[in-house]
Amino acid sequence: MYKPIVSRLISIVPVLFVVSIVVFSLLYLTPGDPALVIAGPNANAEDVEKIREALGLNESFLVRYVSWLVDIARLDFGNSVMNGTPVIDLIAQRIEPTLSMMFLTIIFAVVVAVPLGVLAAAKVNTVADRLVMLFAISAFSVPVFIIGYVLARVFALEARWFPVQGYAYLADGVVPWLRHLVLPSVALGLVYIALIARITRAAMLEVLSEDYIRTARAKGLRSKRILFLHALRNASNPIVTVIGVGVALLIGGAVVTESVFGIPGLGRLTIDAILRRDYPVIQGIMLLFSLVYVLVNLLIDIFYVVLDPRIRY
Amino acid sequence: MHSNRSMWRAALRNPSITVGGGILLLITIVFLFAPWLGTVDPLTMNPVNRTLDPSSKHWFGTDTYGRDLYSRVLYGGRISLFIGFSVAILATFFGLLIGLVSGYFRIADMIIMRIMDGLMSIPAVLLAIAMTALMRGSVLNVILAITVSEIPRVVRLVRGSVLSLRERTYVEAAMVSGTRTPTIIVRHILPNTFAPLVVQATYIFAAAMIMEAIMSFIGAGTPPSIPSWGNIIAEGRVLWQVKFMIIVFPAAFLSLAVFSINMMGDGLRDLLDPKSPR
Repeated sequence: MYKPIVSRLISIVPVLFVVSIVVFSLLYLTPGDPALVIAGPNANAEDVEKIREALGLNESFLVRYVSWLVDIARLDFGNSVMNGTPVIDLIAQRIEPTLSMMFLTIIFAVVVAVPLGVLAAAKVNTVADRLVMLFAISAFSVPVFIIGYVLARVFALEARWFPVQGYAYLADGVVPWLRHLVLPSVALGLVYIALIARITRAAMLEVLSEDYIRTARAKGLRSKRILFLHALRNASNPIVTVIGVGVALLIGGAVVTESVFGIPGLGRLTIDAILRRDYPVIQGIMLLFSLVYVLVNLLIDIFYVVLDPRIRY
Repeated sequence: MHSNRSMWRAALRNPSITVGGGILLLITIVFLFAPWLGTVDPLTMNPVNRTLDPSSKHWFGTDTYGRDLYSRVLYGGRISLFIGFSVAILATFFGLLIGLVSGYFRIADMIIMRIMDGLMSIPAVLLAIAMTALMRGSVLNVILAITVSEIPRVVRLVRGSVLSLRERTYVEAAMVSGTRTPTIIVRHILPNTFAPLVVQATYIFAAAMIMEAIMSFIGAGTPPSIPSWGNIIAEGRVLWQVKFMIIVFPAAFLSLAVFSINMMGDGLRDLLDPKSPR
């Protein structure tokens, strides 16, 4: 049981290496002198030189990359070019809203999507199935910010059930926290629900055609019991996998959703940093999000090895 | 394998393909003929007429600069469709190339797949907006950025089918009988990766249009001087609480177009690749 876990653990090393190279190289995409671009048209030569020094632009790629990696290993992500605040502090200030929103979204989405997928598979080719599939295509086709604005318009601006914008910290009470996160989580969750429901349906359809399901039916077991106990358990591998892979979708969506609902999270920090070309902040956030994605998927895979000893990596 | 003609007939009997393809065709024709469909210059500003409601003169109303929204939505659709289509072609082409190499050559496979795993670990939206923001916004850079973030998925797909095709008896027979590698790839491998690839290209088309909208919405996409559905919505968002219509029109067209493409993708998948799960 330990061997596959160890080899899966080792497999994240090259992935993180590639991520770090890509994130680091982004700076070199800027045409011309990045320091000049960051400093803006009104800066004097001294400021430009200061920025160049701060970014280490006077050294070679390799030297800079290695020293950057060493710093990161010591959890030093550098300072914001704009106001000198350490990147890690900026991230720490903004992480709660984003994590809260993503956490609620995942729970909400899984709770809705899995039963929907099971229902569609159990009633394949009926109206219920068609409706679920139609919902799934529609959710894939509407950008998350449109869903956000429509929800905000209907349920906040007109019905006044939820606040239109902003965020309430968890420390100030669970109820306001939840009230601020309901609409963003639903908006963000729809595409994720569509993804999970589709995979659930496909995986269930495959399992439902197997012999042991027929045996269970022949034995006279109730069909709900067959669906949720026998079939869903055996269909769970691709479902859990897509929940993990979909986290990447969720991260991208979170950046946009925060902007729609005025939530002061990492997404807003990302957009501000990108519009101001604040490289250390951009790099820090991209590293963090990629690490979250890699770790979530690592945990899911390890969880699976523990549950199902047939799996090898 | 089906003959070409029976394939066409099957396609025309598939409701997803006919409805999705029909809507897409209609939208494309409308956009191609945009200059003759009662549009005015989508860039002409007229501050006196700003944020007008829809009327017989301005069918969709006007935006915050007094520009005609109907014209902007029609011209914007050209850019959005162009970006989606270009990304689908480019990502499929390069993904196919890299995937073939990866699936066929063991040593290259190790390196390529690690790079692809790494690229896939960076959320696509982040990678694309970071790239365009740093490169300077232009339609070409938007296309490049989205393409880079879509390539890994194609590579994985192609590599997967190459690996399984290599195990087939007829491919092994060709290898044993000394057929040259390029011939094997072109004659035996390539034609069989085609079906899932077409389906994937359709989904990429749709996803790229959504991505363009997201990037422009954030402010790291198509430059404001060129209307696209994404940046029309982005400019309208400041007024979303009072003038919702400015967002609704481009959003409705964008969603309809993406919906029709996705629907076509589902239909094509049922037709060409019935065994695939998704």
